[in-house]
Amino acid sequence: MAKIKGAVTVNKERCKGCNLCVVACPTDTLSLQPLEVNDRGYHFAYMSNPDACIGCCSCALVCPDACIEVYRVKLD
Amino acid sequence: MEEVRLMKGNEAIAHAAIRYGCDGYFGYPITPQSEVLETLEALMPWDTTGMVVLQAESEVAAINMVYGGAATGKAVMTSSSSPGVSLKQEGISYIAASSLPALILNVMRGGPGLGTIQPSQADYFQAVKGGGHGDYHLIVLAPSTVQEMADFVGLGFDLAFKYCNPAMILADGIVGQMMEKVVLPEQRPRRTDAEIREQCPWAVTGREGRRKRNVVTSLELESDKMEVINHKLQEKYREIEANETRWEEIGTEDADWLIVSFGSVARISTKAKELAEEEGLKVGVLRPITLWPFPSEAIRKAADGKKGILVVELNAGQMVEDVRLAVHDALPVKHFGRMGGIIPSPSEIVNALKGMVND
Amino acid sequence: MELQDIIRPENKVYAAPELLDQVHMHYCPGCSHGVIHKLVAEVIAELGITERAVGVSPVGCAVFAYNYIDCDWIEAAHGRAPAVATAASRLWPENVVFTYQGDGDMSAIGTAETIHAANRGENIVMIFVNNAIYGMTGGQMAPTTLLGQKTATSPYGRRVDLNGYPLEITNLLKELDGTCYVTRQSVHTPANVRKTKAALKKAFQNAMEKKGTSVVEVVSTCNSGWKMSPEKANEWMAQHMFEKYPLGDLKLS
Repeated sequence: MAKIKGAVTVNKERCKGCNLCVVACPTDTLSLQPLEVNDRGYHFAYMSNPDACIGCCSCALVCPDACIEVYRVKLD
Repeated sequence: MEEVRLMKGNEAIAHAAIRYGCDGYFGYPITPQSEVLETLEALMPWDTTGMVVLQAESEVAAINMVYGGAATGKAVMTSSSSPGVSLKQEGISYIAASSLPALILNVMRGGPGLGTIQPSQADYFQAVKGGGHGDYHLIVLAPSTVQEMADFVGLGFDLAFKYCNPAMILADGIVGQMMEKVVLPEQRPRRTDAEIREQCPWAVTGREGRRKRNVVTSLELESDKMEVINHKLQEKYREIEANETRWEEIGTEDADWLIVSFGSVARISTKAKELAEEEGLKVGVLRPITLWPFPSEAIRKAADGKKGILVVELNAGQMVEDVRLAVHDALPVKHFGRMGGIIPSPSEIVNALKGMVND
Repeated sequence: MELQDIIRPENKVYAAPELLDQVHMHYCPGCSHGVIHKLVAEVIAELGITERAVGVSPVGCAVFAYNYIDCDWIEAAHGRAPAVATAASRLWPENVVFTYQGDGDMSAIGTAETIHAANRGENIVMIFVNNAIYGMTGGQMAPTTLLGQKTATSPYGRRVDLNGYPLEITNLLKELDGTCYVTRQSVHTPANVRKTKAALKKAFQNAMEKKGTSVVEVVSTCNSGWKMSPEKANEWMAQHMFEKYPLGDLKLS
């Protein structure tokens, strides 16, 4: 069975730290930055557990600010 | 080709709109102007010129359809009478604020409130002083004949598109309902979509052929930018005032007294002038054709050397305020008016004039 | 496998829609509007109607939709979007015209325009964002506010004796002969986002095929107005809103 490996990028300046991507992620890949904030003062999302990402796009689908891009590769 | 017909002013509006190449009419029935919509529905222009005619669910909807249609660069219009025009003020303000061309006909009836269905000129203030909210002006044309009802459709649209500004034909129940001979203009073709895209590069036509989107909006939350928008509107109004003021003078040069009247009342005043002259009074009549821009300068010139001005209107005294502003108290200015749908006879006007002479 | 080997253009499976401007949106964090904007932008591009799409934005939080979705727009007076869209559609029948309206716009001040445009069967799409509150003006009661729901103008909760019942305008629109497709969706989970996108696509296709009026209600959150976190607002919506506004197709024809 092919294994799926994913990754996301977050446009940290557009992210408003709403946390909806964190909630939507089925693999607990994402978190909000606990300390760091962007120019608008938001704790932006980031991959705190990148190894878990399966590139399912759940985070990107629910993101209201369209700031997540998703990448996926199949590993044979 | 041109055609001579006998018809009501309201019917002439409908015929003239089709012949101008109007793209859309959106209206709601109200007396005394329902013949506009009725005539358009009977003529079925959608089968000939392709003009859209729609009976809306309200005057509010109708004017917002005009806003939507004007935003797409099409030549669109609506018509109503006083209570209905009050409902349209929201949309009129948006159309003016967005600098869109459109034509609005008000066949005035007596107010306030539901009032009467008889003729009136009591919406002068509403038409020339704003009506809706904000600093804006309509180009206001006042027809006094059925011929002018027809002619002002074309003039109104031409001015509206020239200045990207709504124009209003401010008629009254007399010219709306009265039947007269009228020469209808030649049928013009409606502009093609390609012509509209070329002539109205601001219009919401779909982004075809453009990389940048067009947005029609009157919203600007940043005050400094909103003020710039307002200044631009005011510059446009000054340009319209300089170029488009229209009026008619009848025997004003060697007269001692001046009557100022607009619309159908100017015709009664002209008859009164003749009657007064039989009694030895030398009277001239000045008829503003554009109520905004108002012919202040023309009135000032015509008033020079006169003994007084009588302003005759079908209201409690509205245009008289602009006449007074025009002449700066240089001579006596009095108002004579009837209200509630009553039309004064020429002799009533002569009596009012004689009262002024004897003061 | 290293991250930089995954994050490569050929592996990209999701990106912001091209038709959505890459700018900061004025919406509050977690607002449903952003997701719906994204879907509208995707659907317009996927249907190939970018040059023919005309949006009519409302008065309310979505008034600035024209700043984000890259098609032509007209900004309407409060509640009048369906009337504006009627003319825009009839005068340019080849264009695909849609309104984007909130609950105040659609079911309070614009009820007449909404019902009559739908009843005439105008070939337009009405996107109805129902978050049961007036967002832009600061969280006042909407026609769709639930009984008991607290807002700035129902501070102790909406009461029938004072405020009447929540208005299910979409159910009314379903009954009209002019509507060809009436559906109620949400965007609070990835699966629901996909369903809403499919619904929007169907609605825009109906307009392209001149089938009549399509109505897509999106039951949404206003976490600022509801005074909840975005996450809690989604939970509250699922618990309370869906009972009154159940998801699914109301009319398919």
